[in-house]
Amino acid sequence: MKLRNLTRYGLLQCAVVCIVLVLRGPAAKAQGQDRAPQYFQADIQYGAQIFVSQCTSCHGENGDMIPGVNFRAGQFKRVLSDNDLRATITTGVPGTAMQPFTFGASELTGIVAYLRNMSNFNARGLMVGNAGRGQALFEGAGTCATCHAVNGKGPRFAPDMGDIGVLRTADLLHKTLLDPAGTMLPVNRPVRAVTRDGKVINGRRLNEDTYTVQLIDEQERLLSLTKADLREFTVLKTTSMPSYKDKFSAQELADLEAYLLSLKGVK
Amino acid sequence: MNHSRRRSFLLLLVLLIPFSLRAQITSERLLHASDEPQNWLTYSGSYASQRYSALQQVSPTNVNNLELKWVFQAQSLQKFESTPLVVDGIMYLTQSPNDVVALDAKTGRVFWVYHYAPSPAARPCCGIVNRGVAILGDSLFMATVDAHLVAIDAKNGHALWNVKLAEPAAGYAMTMAPLVVKDKVIVGVAGGEFGVRGFIAAFEARTGKQAWRFDTIPKPGEPGHESWRGGDWEHGGGAVWITGSYDPELNLTYWGTGNPGPDWNPEQRPGDNLYSDSAVALDPDTGKLKWHFQFTPGDPYDYDSVQVPVLVNANWNGNPRKLMLWGNRNGFFYVLDRATGKFLAGHPFIKVNWASGIDASGRPIITPQPPGAPTFPGIQGGTNWYSPSYSSRTGLFYISTWEDYATIFSGVNAEYREGQRYTGGANTSPIPGAENPSGARLGPVNTYTEALAHGAVVALDPETGKAKWKFEMHDVNTSGILTTASDLLFVGGREGYFQALDARAGTLLWKQNLGGEIIAGPITYQVEGKQYVSIASGNGMFTFALRE
Repeated sequence: MKLRNLTRYGLLQCAVVCIVLVLRGPAAKAQGQDRAPQYFQADIQYGAQIFVSQCTSCHGENGDMIPGVNFRAGQFKRVLSDNDLRATITTGVPGTAMQPFTFGASELTGIVAYLRNMSNFNARGLMVGNAGRGQALFEGAGTCATCHAVNGKGPRFAPDMGDIGVLRTADLLHKTLLDPAGTMLPVNRPVRAVTRDGKVINGRRLNEDTYTVQLIDEQERLLSLTKADLREFTVLKTTSMPSYKDKFSAQELADLEAYLLSLKGVK
Repeated sequence: MNHSRRRSFLLLLVLLIPFSLRAQITSERLLHASDEPQNWLTYSGSYASQRYSALQQVSPTNVNNLELKWVFQAQSLQKFESTPLVVDGIMYLTQSPNDVVALDAKTGRVFWVYHYAPSPAARPCCGIVNRGVAILGDSLFMATVDAHLVAIDAKNGHALWNVKLAEPAAGYAMTMAPLVVKDKVIVGVAGGEFGVRGFIAAFEARTGKQAWRFDTIPKPGEPGHESWRGGDWEHGGGAVWITGSYDPELNLTYWGTGNPGPDWNPEQRPGDNLYSDSAVALDPDTGKLKWHFQFTPGDPYDYDSVQVPVLVNANWNGNPRKLMLWGNRNGFFYVLDRATGKFLAGHPFIKVNWASGIDASGRPIITPQPPGAPTFPGIQGGTNWYSPSYSSRTGLFYISTWEDYATIFSGVNAEYREGQRYTGGANTSPIPGAENPSGARLGPVNTYTEALAHGAVVALDPETGKAKWKFEMHDVNTSGILTTASDLLFVGGREGYFQALDARAGTLLWKQNLGGEIIAGPITYQVEGKQYVSIASGNGMFTFALRE
């Protein structure tokens, strides 16, 4: 697998080649202990987009252009487990054209998921998701930017999205857009505290222990509260983030996901 | 808007502005950091770098009531050299390799951790360490061991920008806390043991764009280059790895530079080797050199002048003068005029035999020892990078020292290879014949004992250079020093004791065994009316306050 220099793999390239299925089928079941228990559809799709942009020049569209290697047929030279696949991709194969590749965790998850499912995945059924349009949705109709910053630009009450493309897999991002409360990291849950003198503090939890809780409040202040000083303390399992299930079309969701996956943090 | 409504609006603005300003660390607040002693806003506590606090709740009469309030355990077994910042109740500290941690300064509970994974090519000479962050606005700035400068959102620990300064594989590294001056972040690079060419550089705080760069080793055509032979300057060292100071009235920022390369073989680099082992005064807006003063020309001992420049306004020979106090690794205590760089005085503060004194121009009168004979002070110096302190109340300069400490120096030829050590030395310390084995001390058993040296805190009278008092330790002293307006002095040491001394007399008032080497500087701050004192020891940050 010849992999091009990752530095060329940025937002704009992603916008051009980002490919996501319109229809999301059930996740593929994996087999054997050397593989993930399950490969998720969104990860497979994300892996497909990376494969198209980074791998096909050597391996070909069907993954069968290197002698002895046929991804669609599950034929590898030295790979058995998913971890072997990750290691080969990240360390390369000395003495061959396969050079080390610095993919992030979510990208590796996607590539592995795609390579394991090429045989039953119809790449021709893919459609192009556009990160540029996704950014417009993020900042516009989606109203995401009213709560989320990207690399410090924007409000801080909700988590900064600047490296969400590294932190979350494609599958998890997709689920988050459909069911935000269900996929929220528990540590990020909204909290409501009432002090003994009746002062109400609403914030996002950052940390908590038996005696104290740390949060960022609506005024973006970092606060550490002692529970014994509170009249009321509640951790909410709801979120003010809306579901985009019925708000966005499949194309718009694909665009938004493409944008979020392109956010790799400050290099 | 009618007149009364406009007046109401303006009044509202006036009322609101202090709150909005309070939320952020403006350059104005940094200028007057000493006026808000509840905070610790820069590495050395203020631009004058006196590491002195106006807080006085903890005093000689109650210091015995200090008790441990909280401990932060670093997720690292590297040396913990971080001086934290405290900003309105939030503490920001660094842990190895390059994590930034925001925690509640009252309880030690963590708000967020920023993780930075430095390049595996990073090769700092003396440990994967970091000494702290700087702040401006809502942004923190950290220099990394792979020679990057990173800006981080102080509210959520998210990286804002990241710039690479130099090639870590070539030995460039950064371990210091940056210094913010106006709208710029100033840093220097380490790597003096790898034949780097040192520099100090400033970056726009908002964008990370480089504003200027001052190379500490001048290239052909630049003033000072005549102090080098041929191409020796190309790997001439002059690294900069400790935070500088700033005088806003003179608009000058002051930095100390490190050894010339190779460290211990001056025959490979004849000449004074400017601007190694020097104090340099730079215009913070342009990086232009205003003046320099070289402490150890053509240094054969690795006597880095990488100490914190301490700025003091005091009488000199009866006249008010802008002074710079400098306890140098070479064993001499210097007083300079910081407006001009003029040498005013230089006196040894420990046993010295490499020079018999300092002449009227500030140049050492060298007395090189014969081959095989010990040179005082040894490689680690009479002091090192450990932060000194100055109290305007006592008028004394406080410094951590290594006493009776020698090395037998011998230079050998060094060949430069990029990324490889370029030191040129085969030195011996402790000296042969000592009753204990040589080698680095590891762990809590003091294998050095008197064979190597012992430490002390020395209180110097800047006018005479004489010690007003000395507090002796059995092991060597690697700690920074803090003084307060209640005439307390806090200091640690390699033994792991955290101690409070009477700053006027040097007597021990309180001590606590923290169980790990103290190789950082103490700070003090106040939250909700209570004064705290913090120090890194071993792998923990320990914070004390008075018992309720």
